[in-house]
Amino acid sequence: MHDLLLAPFGLGFMRRALAGCIALSVAAPPLGVFLVIRRMSLMSDVLQHGVLPGLAVGAAVAGLSVWAMGLGGVIAGLAVALLAGALARRTGAREDSQLAGVYLLALALGVVLVSAQRGIDLTHLLFGSVLAVDDTALFGMAGVATVTLLGLAVIWRPLILESLDPGFLAVTTGGGAIWHLGFMALVVLCVVAGFVALGTLMSVGLMMLPAIAARHWSNSVGGQARASVALALLASVIGLLVSYHLDVPAGPAIVLSAGGTWVLSLLAGPRESLLRSGEIG
Amino acid sequence: MIAPPPLRLEQVTLRHGGQVAVHDLSGSFEPGSLTALVGPNGAGKTTLLRALVGLHKLAAGHVDRGGLVPADIALLPQSSQLDRHFPITCADVVALGVAGRCGAFRPIATSVRTAAREALATVGLPDHADRPIAALSTGQFQRVLFARLILQDAPVLLLDEPFAAVDATTEDVLLGLIEAWHAEGRTIVTVLHDLDLVRAVFPDTLLLSGAPIAWGPTDRALSEANRRRAGLLRTRPVRLPRAAA
Repeated sequence: MHDLLLAPFGLGFMRRALAGCIALSVAAPPLGVFLVIRRMSLMSDVLQHGVLPGLAVGAAVAGLSVWAMGLGGVIAGLAVALLAGALARRTGAREDSQLAGVYLLALALGVVLVSAQRGIDLTHLLFGSVLAVDDTALFGMAGVATVTLLGLAVIWRPLILESLDPGFLAVTTGGGAIWHLGFMALVVLCVVAGFVALGTLMSVGLMMLPAIAARHWSNSVGGQARASVALALLASVIGLLVSYHLDVPAGPAIVLSAGGTWVLSLLAGPRESLLRSGEIG
Repeated sequence: MIAPPPLRLEQVTLRHGGQVAVHDLSGSFEPGSLTALVGPNGAGKTTLLRALVGLHKLAAGHVDRGGLVPADIALLPQSSQLDRHFPITCADVVALGVAGRCGAFRPIATSVRTAAREALATVGLPDHADRPIAALSTGQFQRVLFARLILQDAPVLLLDEPFAAVDATTEDVLLGLIEAWHAEGRTIVTVLHDLDLVRAVFPDTLLLSGAPIAWGPTDRALSEANRRRAGLLRTRPVRLPRAAA
């Protein structure tokens, strides 16, 4: 039992990965809860693909440092978020088709840019590697988590109001777009922060899956945010252990664990789950 | 509540989706007036309400709000525009009515929470404070939005089809609230389609059909000639095409 659960975290790189994942688990899932209730879940897909070209350009310009690649990723993510939103508004087309177009392009462009450079392991970039979590990456994750939690606390009420009734917010307190942009910036930060440990394609999983599962645990936004954090922490620990023992990339292992919490919540969570509502059983 | 000033419109033209929705509207909503906003679908009624609170840009003309800021004007949108599946309780929705005054950051006082519960009781939902809005019927949800209007305590109220898809009992409760607000001297503009109700309750009527048709005392504004010009008279019975064999 000790060998299975505790011994792996005796290793330095596992401890750093765990600390980083705990930081992300506290910050990212509450953002995911807002993405879900704002019906913007697809936006997370767009961002995870959208940051990839930025990471590659960052690495090309300033070398393989976490800060350079992270900064490139944040800039690319913000650009993609703004572009997708603007396209949907300007053309009047359905937003989901615009988003799909943007993220397919971004992924292809990102893979081309990354492949053109030597020294970057595409698999690690896309799916993460716990071995790569150095002190710089860890400070990055902790810093982003701190900024995200503070930022979310500041925009909490307007964000709820803007999600529920945008017209009412615009009339009573004004400035709906500012809250939305601030929120999107936090989402981009969290997606980028996860790329070292979890990989760009997987870091969104830790944001979205616990958030989707959380609706089976609470019927308030605050309650769902707390539930999503708890589920993400659980998924992080289980995923890192699976990654260690089975020698698979950390990102997919953690996301599969998060998926497990979702399936269990969907089946037997206290609210609107299949068992409770009598759909099965 | 501060006393409402008149809301003056000067040659207001509004566009919606590239089309002129309201053309060259001038006049004023007097302090304490209770006006029905009547017209066929697509006549620009919703666009006009949104323009009055500053949510819709004027294509031409000028709106004089007499020193009121948009937060002093409460707009009740058509309820279909709200996300009814949002995970939030009735009491919280009602308490958000004070968001205009306490802003994004100041805490919501206990007195506000008490007021929210009282407002829910006033609209006939005393036991619903802690229930999620997803569990409400259309009529109950409309009552919750009226409770939020009570907390907003605005001198001017703009109500967009408040009785659409609600039952007769709910309509009675909400109409009672509108009459009580009218008695307090608030300025109220309500979009309605039920002309019998307009004649029974609303002293003034603005009849719109793209261009303004009439604005004044209800019985004159809703004369047969005006209703014909607005396209509100039924013309002929509809004959259905025969189903293909």
